[in-house]
Amino acid sequence: MNAPLPRELSEQIRPAFQARRRALLTRGGWATFAVVAYVIFFLIPAMNLYVPASHPLHLSDYFVSVGGKIMCYAIVALAMDLIWGYAGILSLGHGLFFALGGYAMGMYLMRSIGTAGVYHSTLPDFMVFLDWKAYPWYWSFTDHFWYAALLVMLVPGVLAFVFGYFAFRSRIKGVYFSIITQALTYAFMLLFFRNDTGFGGNNGFTDFKEILGFPIATSKTRMALFATTGAVLLGTFLLGRYIVKSKLGRVLMAIRDAESRVMFCGYNPISYKLFIWTLSAVICGIAGALYVPQVGIINPSEMSPANSIEIAIWTAVGGRGTLIGPVLGAFIVNFAKSWFTVAFPEFWLFFLGLMFILVTLFLPQGVIGLLRRRQRDASAP
Amino acid sequence: MSEAALHSTDGGSAGLAQAGMRVAGPRVDTTHGPILYLEGITVSFDGFKALNDLSLTIEDGELRCIIGPNGAGKTTMMDVITGKTRPDAGNAFFGQTIDLTQLTEAEIAHAGIGRKFQKPTVFERHTVFENLELAMKADKRVRATVHARVRRAELDRIAEVLMLIHLADEGDRLAGSLSHGQKQWLEIGMLLMQEPRLLLLDEPVAGMTDDETVRTAELCMSLAGRHSVVVVEHDMDFIARIARTVTVLHEGSVLAEGPMDVVQADPRVVEVYLGR
Repeated sequence: MNAPLPRELSEQIRPAFQARRRALLTRGGWATFAVVAYVIFFLIPAMNLYVPASHPLHLSDYFVSVGGKIMCYAIVALAMDLIWGYAGILSLGHGLFFALGGYAMGMYLMRSIGTAGVYHSTLPDFMVFLDWKAYPWYWSFTDHFWYAALLVMLVPGVLAFVFGYFAFRSRIKGVYFSIITQALTYAFMLLFFRNDTGFGGNNGFTDFKEILGFPIATSKTRMALFATTGAVLLGTFLLGRYIVKSKLGRVLMAIRDAESRVMFCGYNPISYKLFIWTLSAVICGIAGALYVPQVGIINPSEMSPANSIEIAIWTAVGGRGTLIGPVLGAFIVNFAKSWFTVAFPEFWLFFLGLMFILVTLFLPQGVIGLLRRRQRDASAP
Repeated sequence: MSEAALHSTDGGSAGLAQAGMRVAGPRVDTTHGPILYLEGITVSFDGFKALNDLSLTIEDGELRCIIGPNGAGKTTMMDVITGKTRPDAGNAFFGQTIDLTQLTEAEIAHAGIGRKFQKPTVFERHTVFENLELAMKADKRVRATVHARVRRAELDRIAEVLMLIHLADEGDRLAGSLSHGQKQWLEIGMLLMQEPRLLLLDEPVAGMTDDETVRTAELCMSLAGRHSVVVVEHDMDFIARIARTVTVLHEGSVLAEGPMDVVQADPRVVEVYLGR
């Protein structure tokens, strides 16, 4: 074992090693990253805020709010890809974590309304309507932004950790896991529909007035939320990239492909799954918290099983197992949805299902897989 | 049996979790000779004695071949050594001090016994290099893998194993694109990365071409000395190529043991096995 190794052998292996230990992004990748950052942080704000509304290059507030909303979806798709594309665990309950993050932020936004509500009470309108005299205990401190921000991560994180611990320990896998997550989000939806739960029943939270003291509906606040969402999206992308490039990422992919072999290698798959599952849920929570102030409402329909399935579709359409794919997928599907629900509103769900079937049958690697194949064909002589 | 074995060995993961995931087991004490010591092992399945008062010792660094007709108890013996099957009677010691009948499968793996199953399982969508990197003896808890980098010494170790298993030029290839024989080698390489003291190879040349069989024989011989190797095989040409000491099992106990030519000439062996 201590025999000296021929030097040239190590030299021979090194290229393989270096090819694998590539930097976080390639040079072209960083250039694209910089362009996207420039568009989000300079171009779009300038075109929205400083180009006069009559000018053809002006971007409307509507465009900004739709863009911000879809970026939130893209963050969720990234989180979904970490757990599905890399660890092979299909969650059909990620909408729940998104909604819980949204509700946590919504509690802060409701408290920020103060006495400006319809009934001029310090309590939200729905509590006055229910004849409640004080906030329930779990609303404590939610008037502090940073505490609410903590809840945004903590609530989805703790729920995912506890659920994941029992599910993974009991070796629930594959379609069974997917079905249970689907049932979980459905159960929470029913819970949140009840007025007694204290989250506004089926109306949820709406009519927000302020965030951090700024009026919520002005162009500048909208733009600030848009830019923050963009920053979180870019940050999440880099974080995901760091994880899938690390040994941790390679262990996750090995668990996806041959879990029992991973155990024979001396790893405990449960803790790996639990880590990426919880992280994914926390990211969803943050996305939900950014979503609510931009769309101005959160209600239990966000927890409906169909929403969670749609998240999986974004990821599959874009291409799971790549990080850029799900981001593209979220944009493609949601732009298609924006157009379709106006042009043929009653056919949207059929079209969504058709898209999913076609992608599964013909593009197993999604749009990204198609682009890569094109690129390979073009570069081949 | 490979498929069934893979599934039933799943039961070891609870033990793995408790073992703290660091590949470090109790020290193997071989100061007084054998690395593996089986004495009077008996295993019955519904009255059928798969192993009947089996006694066997493997010396440290030895390469031992085990042959025998179907049902002779070869696989059951492997199962007893790796903790998958508990003996009804008898002792099984790894070195002087480690009682294999008291340990879980995972603990036995961590103590330094590596087993290759018949059907090769490698990580098909990882490169050959990454397969070895993942198998490498290291701290295998989540936090340690986030920032883990391959160090120079580890790189050399991977290079060394790549050369041993004849895959030095294939480091960058996806394991799924390897031939059947190369996958078998890669799996042996993955076992070696875990630095076991004792290697159990269950039919390592099943499904290999003649050329691959020759190279596997070379590989087995180069492993002996550094590791103790136990090979169970049906392919008599392969056995003849590598064998120093051959043990013939028959009806759950040792029928004959010795150099290949002596064993081959033994009339009892000819009768039960070789003669057919």
